[in-house]
Amino acid sequence: MSYLTNNATYVPTGPRKLMYLNWPVIFLLLAVCSFGFLMLYSVAGGSATPWMEPQIKRFALGMVLMVGVAMVPIWFWRNMAGLAYGLSIALLVGVELFGSVGMGAQRWIDLGFMRLQPSELTKITLVMFLAAYYDWLPINKTSHPLWVLIPVGLILAPTVLVLGQPDLGTALLLLLGGATVMFVAGVHWAYFVTVFAAGVGAVLAVFQSRGTSWQLLKDYQFRRIDTFIDPSNDPLGAGYHITQAKIALGSGGLTGRGFMQGTQSSLDFLPEKHTDFIFTTLAEEFGFLGAIGLLTLYVLIILFCVASAMTNKDRFAALLTLGIAMTFFLFFAVNMAMVTGMAPVVGVPLPLVSYGGSAMLVLLVAFGLIQSAHVHKPR
Amino acid sequence: MRRVAKDIETSSRTVSRRALIVGAAQLGVAGVLGWRLQSMQVDQADEFRLLAEENRINIRLLPPARGLIFDRNGIAIADNEQNYRVVIVREEAGDVDEVLAKLVQLVPLSEDVIERAKTEMYRRSPFVPVTIADRLSWDDVARINVNAPALNGITAEVGLSRRYPYGADVGHVVGYVGPVSDYDLARIDDKDPLLQIPKFQIGKTGVENKLEHTLRGSAGNKRIEVNALGRVMRELDRQEGEPGKDIQLCLDERLQSYAQARMDGESAGAVVIDLENGDLRAIASAPSFDPNLFVRGISVKDWTDLNENKYRPLAAKAAQGAYPPGSTFKMVTALAALQAGVVAPDETVYCPGYTNVSGTRFHCWKRAGHGNINFHESLKQSCDCYYYEVSQRVGIDKMAEMARLLGLGVRHDLPLSAVAEGLAPDKAWKRAVRDETWRVGDTVNASIGQGYVLASPLQLAVMTARIATGRHVTPRLVKSIDGVEQPSGLGDPLPINENWLRRCRASMDAVVNHPRGTGQRSRIVAEGMHMAGKTGTSQVRRITAEERARGVTRNEDLPWERRDHALFVSFAPVENPKYAIAVVVEHGGGGSTAAAPIARDIMLQALYDGPPPLEAYPSADRGAIEEQQKRIADRIAKVGRGVSPA
Repeated sequence: MSYLTNNATYVPTGPRKLMYLNWPVIFLLLAVCSFGFLMLYSVAGGSATPWMEPQIKRFALGMVLMVGVAMVPIWFWRNMAGLAYGLSIALLVGVELFGSVGMGAQRWIDLGFMRLQPSELTKITLVMFLAAYYDWLPINKTSHPLWVLIPVGLILAPTVLVLGQPDLGTALLLLLGGATVMFVAGVHWAYFVTVFAAGVGAVLAVFQSRGTSWQLLKDYQFRRIDTFIDPSNDPLGAGYHITQAKIALGSGGLTGRGFMQGTQSSLDFLPEKHTDFIFTTLAEEFGFLGAIGLLTLYVLIILFCVASAMTNKDRFAALLTLGIAMTFFLFFAVNMAMVTGMAPVVGVPLPLVSYGGSAMLVLLVAFGLIQSAHVHKPR
Repeated sequence: MRRVAKDIETSSRTVSRRALIVGAAQLGVAGVLGWRLQSMQVDQADEFRLLAEENRINIRLLPPARGLIFDRNGIAIADNEQNYRVVIVREEAGDVDEVLAKLVQLVPLSEDVIERAKTEMYRRSPFVPVTIADRLSWDDVARINVNAPALNGITAEVGLSRRYPYGADVGHVVGYVGPVSDYDLARIDDKDPLLQIPKFQIGKTGVENKLEHTLRGSAGNKRIEVNALGRVMRELDRQEGEPGKDIQLCLDERLQSYAQARMDGESAGAVVIDLENGDLRAIASAPSFDPNLFVRGISVKDWTDLNENKYRPLAAKAAQGAYPPGSTFKMVTALAALQAGVVAPDETVYCPGYTNVSGTRFHCWKRAGHGNINFHESLKQSCDCYYYEVSQRVGIDKMAEMARLLGLGVRHDLPLSAVAEGLAPDKAWKRAVRDETWRVGDTVNASIGQGYVLASPLQLAVMTARIATGRHVTPRLVKSIDGVEQPSGLGDPLPINENWLRRCRASMDAVVNHPRGTGQRSRIVAEGMHMAGKTGTSQVRRITAEERARGVTRNEDLPWERRDHALFVSFAPVENPKYAIAVVVEHGGGGSTAAAPIARDIMLQALYDGPPPLEAYPSADRGAIEEQQKRIADRIAKVGRGVSPA
């Protein structure tokens, strides 16, 4: 148990733990979520319903959960990692068998009081289990081919299941989040170079496969890529969304058109304006300053997490923190790249800002884990 | 598993180092995102702002009211009819079936109409207004408006549509409007945004077409904000356009309608010119067509009927038709010869009934010949040989010059769809167009208005007007535009010796009023109203030597297409000419029998500005004329004054 071997000189206990929370991250999270509330109010045409009010309730619940999770010693979460991962896989299989179909993809299980998206959960539990794995693995075996193959398998299992839903965005996040944990755990460079090369080869293969009997992506996925490469190809069809999103974003200018004054969003030109494309509304109404402000908040959260990880001698805690931070980073980076027309539309929401219950709860619980790692840092 | 302190240190160092790399990579990506935002929101902001405005703001054109067309007395011959229609907006109606049921109680609408409206309604977004029925009566509209509180979502709207109250009587002159077509857009170079409005009505033929820019006016516009579905959110601002200008024509609608009615059943054209100012009082072509048919979209059957009619109702014969003028051209030949001094007015020419010119025998219409005959008698009796002789003396070039001076072979500039140029042939023309040298036989043929000579009724009327006044009369169709009087058509005196003109008029007087004149049967007997004229009968076929030996086939025995054209030109009153008239009856037979009576009736109608007293006619004709007047009055009444035929 590395935690106990760290010769910790001081570990806070009881309510004193609250003082050792990573408070800057909490305030940053609050700031980001507040942006979200404002935007949900605006896209509802100046109304708390139907989106802002439930979002605030979930946020409150999420904050309580976060602090709750943070209070629990980090070694407990390490011990739970295997179970959590197993449960996630089971849910993913379950959603495949019994799941409801929403937006053309099987994604959620109706639990009665909320709809659970197992793929959201898996993004965290995968990182968690990988961190626990490398904590357990003797350091000299980290780059041994056999011991590299095991985490690769652990990553691919949920990725393949999520791809089958089909959910390209989540699959990408799982893949990159898992790879990040392997990378920071110290797996040899050569593996990543090889996989990257293979990846480039695979992408070429995917494009080669188009229209053949062994086509590797669905037609709609190919069309999304086409649209991404040239949205004007199909300005009224698939390209309409991305074109309108770019117009909204660009028309914001430096200072924006003013709160609730965005014509693109209030006149319904924007698609999915309360979920995946909420950033465009923000950028339209608050301009470059608002957009860059939100981006800065996100980056600060990442920096505080990375800093926390670098000063954490506990291997599981450090890997977990970095893995979750990477997942969070991927969330907003992919979303922003998507709405600014730098990446294909893959269906990734803007974390903590987009309307969505399970994503917000899962993310706040994940930050609870980061807080737990921070609070229980060996000092 | 326990871990030694050294391992922990190694692990921590590796993790920290790699965390730094990952952190740096993340910062790098965030930097790229920031740069992207900067380039879109700061560098390209203006372009995107413009695109957003284009998305949101629609400019709707407000079509102007088209200018009206009046006759010289202020009678509207093309106006804009209030077109009432009832419109429903589904989302405002609530229970559509209930509202429609209430509507049917107020306004009689067929099951069919209601069903069609429902289908249309459910095919479109709920906020789009759908027209249930149009061309409602004012009573229907009043009932709908009074019951508006019970008819949710239903409104009565008013639009304008073109109407020609006198229908076919003015069809050839006024023309018609129709929805602008791709063909129109390709053909005309007009940047007017109004043309982009679907089904915008533009002039297709006649005055409507030629004076399109005057009548159309200019577009107003309103800027409206729309959402992504096209729903109108609000009107941002509005700018009214300018209505089209009204036009007053020189046409006298009552005379025009009379002329149309008088020529009913014939294939004919007639033109009446006011000698005081060149005003075209009537430009009638029979048969005609109802322009209202085209405004509403002509049915295939109506279109086929118009096209397959052998009398060609769509051809505006009065201005567009070019015919050999026959003997009505003799004034031109005579005036050219007199003016050139190659013949003295009292000099006689011997007419044996034929003339031999370079081996070809040209016949006079009177086989026995006229004997010795001077200018006066030759015109009165329409002797051909006189003209064969004098034309050879004066030559074709001087004849063509005279023809053009009198308005033949030149295109008169009138706002009509087609104005025939006709043909006053000369040597240069034949060389240029046919690459042949002019032969004497051609001159001889031309001297009696046959051969290459072609003229329209309009040109013949102008010719008559110029002979009658001795002045350069220019036909005028537009009297005023937007209240501004257009220049008069009465020009300078012609460069023709007034003596010759006077003699010419006296001979034309004799044609009608001398007992041996060819138009004597169509004379006017009312004091001070006497008419002068010239008959013409032009062949459309060649008479062979065998046929002439056998005896020329009578017109009545020929198929219609091969009969002679009948022509008559006239002016009246002889003492103080007020009007000049030219009438051409296609394949009508003889000018004196088919064309002259029509010209006389129209002339009397013009002189009396209404139905003339029977006393104006020779007593023998009065019975027949009375019946004819009744028949024409009936026909005019039937067409329906001031009401567009349904």
